[in-house]
Formats: sequence, structure tokens, C-alpha cells
Amino acid sequence: MDTSKRAKQEYDQMVKKASPNSPIFMDCIKAFFSGGLICGFGQLLLDYFNESYTEDEAALLVSITLIAIAAVLTGFGLYEKIGKHCGAGTIIPITGFANSVVSPAIEFKKEGLIFGTGAKMFILAGPVIVYGTLTSMLVGLIYYFVGR
Amino acid sequence: MGAKKIGKQTVRLSEGVRIISAASTVSKKEGEGPLGKYFDKVIEDSMFGEKSWELAESRFIRENMELAVQKAGLKMKDIDYLLCGDLLNQCIASTFGTIDFQIPFFGLYGACSTMGESMSLGAMLIDGGFANHTLVGASSHFCGAEKQFRAPLSLGNQRPPTSSWTVTGDGAVVLAKKGNFPCITEITTGKVMDMGITDANNMGAAMAPAAVDVLVNHFQDTGRTPQDYDVIATGDLGDIGRNLVVELMKKEGYTMYPTNDKGGQFTDCGIEIFDKNAQDTHCGGSGCACSAVTFCAFFYPKLMSGEIGRMLFIPTGALLSTTSSQQGQSIPGIAHGVVIEGCGGKEGK
Repeated sequence: MDTSKRAKQEYDQMVKKASPNSPIFMDCIKAFFSGGLICGFGQLLLDYFNESYTEDEAALLVSITLIAIAAVLTGFGLYEKIGKHCGAGTIIPITGFANSVVSPAIEFKKEGLIFGTGAKMFILAGPVIVYGTLTSMLVGLIYYFVGR
Repeated sequence: MGAKKIGKQTVRLSEGVRIISAASTVSKKEGEGPLGKYFDKVIEDSMFGEKSWELAESRFIRENMELAVQKAGLKMKDIDYLLCGDLLNQCIASTFGTIDFQIPFFGLYGACSTMGESMSLGAMLIDGGFANHTLVGASSHFCGAEKQFRAPLSLGNQRPPTSSWTVTGDGAVVLAKKGNFPCITEITTGKVMDMGITDANNMGAAMAPAAVDVLVNHFQDTGRTPQDYDVIATGDLGDIGRNLVVELMKKEGYTMYPTNDKGGQFTDCGIEIFDKNAQDTHCGGSGCACSAVTFCAFFYPKLMSGEIGRMLFIPTGALLSTTSSQQGQSIPGIAHGVVIEGCGGKEGK
């Protein structure tokens, strides 16, 4: 079989033509509504907590509640079923972050508490934390020199 | 050049090697698929009563290989060599699964082409006069493969439409010199083929060129055409991969008719094993077990009965690791062709 550069480029085109794309339009709509629902639910919680706590405490309690719900759903194997349909809608909110920490924690439990759960818990969320922190430092620097 | 070698990549065994038994053990999802009724054993619990996915896969191997030997009317001590492999790092499922057998062991890694590789080498050992009986097989486990190659099972991500579903189970056959059984007559060993595919969610596209290379070389070496076979079955190319093979083969001057056309002979084990719409497996089945259990459960009985006169079985594998993927390497493919003549095969066709 011809494995020249040209044959590879031709094959690449052939594969692109033969492979169906993800249904992006439907995926976006589902993500929009499911993500919106989660955020709307968060707002309801915030209003509820605001009645008895300070603004900061209430915001914290909303995060804690959403994370707890996502963690429990992950534990029961339900989050993956929801995520399959909702995609970015359930990945982007804080619930997705909880899912990305709890799922490897469960998956690698068999390798022990230290090298399994402990070490692997942040394989997915770790990069988010690292680059989130880096970005905040960068933004802070810009703010320090330009924004003030 | 060896006296048994014909052409560039094919060997013709001098007397042929008989497949005297075949056994397949799968998990629940495969049992619910279109081939459900053909498997020897369907295990409802994918953990198989073990502590981890890895140990579960080992148990699939152990019990299924014992079953294959038992079906052949033999004892483990009658087996001269054991050849098998799986997808887990360092082939731990195979080593831990067969440790109790205490027979000389060749551990193999051919990714999902392992069944073709183990059948090829097992048959060569017998034809070369080095063994009377060999036990060969391949296994995979959906959960173990997801854990090692992709993401944790409970992660709420989406699988793209080009992805496939790793089959859980083990397929094994016992090979011997004589008897009125389906017979391995020729072996076309594949080369590592890399056409630059980098999408690990489109394995069919990565492996299709390897299958085409084996097909073309096989036809050139033997002087046959696709129409000289009742069945040509690739391993786990899925829908996209099979269509690509048809297209690539046309360029090479061979017409392959897929089995969904009337009278077509070209299928893929990954297409046969799942109902991709009802079981949401997207492109079809994959993993070492895909071709292994489909051959043992679905094709072997048809070879036994003579319904299939001559078959070209081509398990296909994608030779990637998480390291090679993350370092941006493309995904090379491999395929192993084995010709099996059914009982009362079409001599001289």
C-alpha cells in the first residue's frame, strides 16, 4: 500500500468524509438548557441561603451544595448518564468539576488510598487548577500595572 | 526463503492445523447483543466476583481457557504451549489469568489483533513440529480499557460518533495436528502501517490501512480474489473502518462486497457483535475480545458445519499507548490474516 505523504493526505480527506461529526447543534442546545438549569438551581439556592446567612456564606453554601449533589450522583453512577446527554452543560458548572475529581477517586481506589485515590484524584481537575491559578496571577499582574 | 512461504507475506502450512475447539465467555452487554445466544458463557457481573476490573479480566481468561481445553476433550497438561494477550499494560490480565495452568507461555501484544497473532503463531508451532496442541486466545475488558486508555467510567463526558465499544470477554481455541475440524491453511502476517491518523476516537480509520495491506498482499501472494472466500471478517474496524477498507481496496483494484449487500462476503466482527443503535455503541465493538469471541461463537460453528467453506479472518489492532498519544504520535495499525477452511471446505474453488 502507498504510504507516501500524498497518499496520507488523500487518506486523511477520505477519513474526514467517511466519519460523521458530533451532532454539534443538538449538543449545544442540550448543553445550553442543562447548564442553564444547574445555574438556575444555584440561583434558587443562593436566594434561599441569603435569607439566613451573609452574602459570602450563602455563596459558599451554594457551591458546597452543588458539589455534594454532583459527588453523590457520581458515586451512584448517575452523573455519567446525565453527562452523556448534557455534555458541556454538566461539565462546565462546578458540578462538572466535582465529577472530574470524584470519578478518578473512585476509579483508582483499587490502587490504594495513596497511589490510587490520593495521587489520581486530580488527574483531570489538576490542569484546571494549575492553569486557573496561573491565569489569575497573570490577570493580577496586568491589573497591578495597568488597571489601577 | 522458507519452503512454506509463498509470496511476500504469506505462509502455507504443509498439512494445515486443526481448530479442535473454540470457547467464548463474555459479559452482559455482549450477551444482550445480536450474537448473545452463540456465546458459551455470559457473565452478568462484569466484575466476575473479583476485586478489580483487571482481576475480572484474568478470571474471564482463566475460566474460558479451561472451557476451551475441556471442550477439546483434553487436560491442561496435554497443551504444549499457551499463547495469548490482552490490552492492559504489560499484559497483566493474561499472565495473572493463566498463572495456575503451569504450561509454557508466550505472552503476546498485538493490541486488538492479538487473536490473529496468537492463532498464527500457535498454528506455526504445530506445523513446524514443535507442538501437538497449542492453546491460543485473546481478551479485553471494557472497564479496564477505559481506565487505562481513556477516562474514569463515572466521568460525565460524551463519546464521539466515531468511537467504538471495547468488548468484555475472552475467546480461546485449541489447535492440533489432526481431526475432522476447521483447518488453518494459510497465514498472512501484517506489517505496522501508519497513515498518519491521530484521532484516538477513530480507531477504525487508524486500522483500515493495515487491513488493506494484509488483504492486498494476501490476494497477491495466493493469487485469489475476495470472491474466493465465503466470509472475510476483519477484527474491529466498525462501520467507518469497513467502508474505508472497501474504498481503499477499490483503489487497489479489488471489489469487496459488504455483507449488508446481498451476497456480500465482507464483514467486521465489531459490526456483528453489537446492535449499534439499540446498544449505543456508536461505530461497533472493539478490543482483543471483539474478534476473538465473535470468531469462537459465531464463525467457528459455521466452519464446523461447513456452512462457511473458506474464511479469511483478519483481526486488526491499533498500536497506540497513552504516552504515544499524549506525545502527539500518530496511531499505527496492524492486522493478522488467517485463512480457515471449513469442514468439507471448497477444495479447488
